[in-house]
Amino acid sequence: MTTSTAKTPLKTSAKSAYWAGVRDGAPFILMAVPFSVLFGVIATDAGLTLAQAMGFTVLVIAGAAQFAAIQLMVENASIAFVLLAALAVNLRMAMYSASLVPYLGAAPLWKRAFIAYLNFDQTYITSVARYEARPEMTVAERVSYFFGVATPIAPAWMGMTLVGALAGQAIPEAWALDFIMPIMFLAMVAPMLKSLAHVSAGAVSVAVGLALVNMPAGTGLLIAAGAAMLTGALVEVWMERRAL
Amino acid sequence: MSYSSFEIWMIILVMGVGTFLIRFSFLGLIGDRPMPTFVLRLLRYTPVAVLPGMVAPLVLWPAATDGQFDPLRVTAACAIVLIGIWTRNVLWAILGGAVTLYAGMAVIAFL
Repeated sequence: MTTSTAKTPLKTSAKSAYWAGVRDGAPFILMAVPFSVLFGVIATDAGLTLAQAMGFTVLVIAGAAQFAAIQLMVENASIAFVLLAALAVNLRMAMYSASLVPYLGAAPLWKRAFIAYLNFDQTYITSVARYEARPEMTVAERVSYFFGVATPIAPAWMGMTLVGALAGQAIPEAWALDFIMPIMFLAMVAPMLKSLAHVSAGAVSVAVGLALVNMPAGTGLLIAAGAAMLTGALVEVWMERRAL
Repeated sequence: MSYSSFEIWMIILVMGVGTFLIRFSFLGLIGDRPMPTFVLRLLRYTPVAVLPGMVAPLVLWPAATDGQFDPLRVTAACAIVLIGIWTRNVLWAILGGAVTLYAGMAVIAFL
C-alpha cells in the first residue's frame, strides 16, 4: 500500500473497530440497566437531590464505589471515611490503567484521558479481551474499539440512573437481575483462561478473594488480585523454563 | 443523612476527581515508555486476577438471597465458566448461564 492511499483504509479500519466495539459493548446494557435504576432509587431514597444523584453517576461513573459511598452516607459516616472507602473500591482500576499501557500508551494524551474517564470493569475487560485476541490491531483501532464499547454502556448507565431517581421503583428481585453482573463478568473472563498460568491466576483470585471477603471496602480484592497476578507471572516463567 | 448540600457536592467532586486520577494514573503518566518485562508479565494477568475474585463472593453469597448459599446460582456460574472455556465465546457463555439460571428457577417454581 502506498502512503497516498493509506489514509482512507486507515480511517475505515478505525471506523469498523469502533462499530465492533459498539456491538461487543451492547450486551452490557442489560447489566447497566438494573444497577443504574437501583442506584437512582437508592440515591434519592437516601436524600440526594436529582442533580446530586446524576452528579455521582456522570462524574464518578463507577457503580460499586457509588453504592459504597451512598451506603456510608446513609450511616452518616465521616466525609473522610466515605471518600477513603469509595476510592479504595476503585483502586483496582489502577491495575486496569497499568494493564492498558502496552496497548494504548502510544495514543495521544487527550484520548488516553477520555479512555481513563471511561475505564470501568465492562469497557476494560471487553477491550483487553479483543486486544489479546488480535495483536495486529493498530493503536488507533484499539482506541476506536474502546470508545465503541463505551458508547452503548455509559449513556445507558446515566440515563437509567435518571429513570430510577424519577420513578423511584427498582426492578423486582424475582427477575434475578442481580445475577447478571456475575454472569457477564464470568462469561468475559472464562474465554481468557487460555493457559495453565491464567487458570492458576484465576484460582488464586477466587481463593484469596473469598478468604478476605470481610476486609473493608475492596482491600481484600486488591490483595487477591496482587497475589493472582504474581501467581500467573510465576507460573508463566516456570512453564517457559520447563519448555527450554 | 446529615450532610449539607455543599458537603454532598464535595464528596461527589472529590470522588469524581479521585476516581479519574486512579484510572488515568499509569495510562496517563507512563505513555509509551517501555516497561520492565516482569511488570508486563504481571499485567497480562490483570483481567483473570481481578474479576474472578470480585465475582466469587457474589456467586457463593448472593445479595438476592440475603447471602444464603444458592445451589442454582453456583450451578449457573459453573456452566458459564465451562461453556466459556469450551466455546471461547462470550455470548454462548452468557446464554448458557442465563438458560441454566432461569430454567432452574422455573423448575423450582413448578415443583
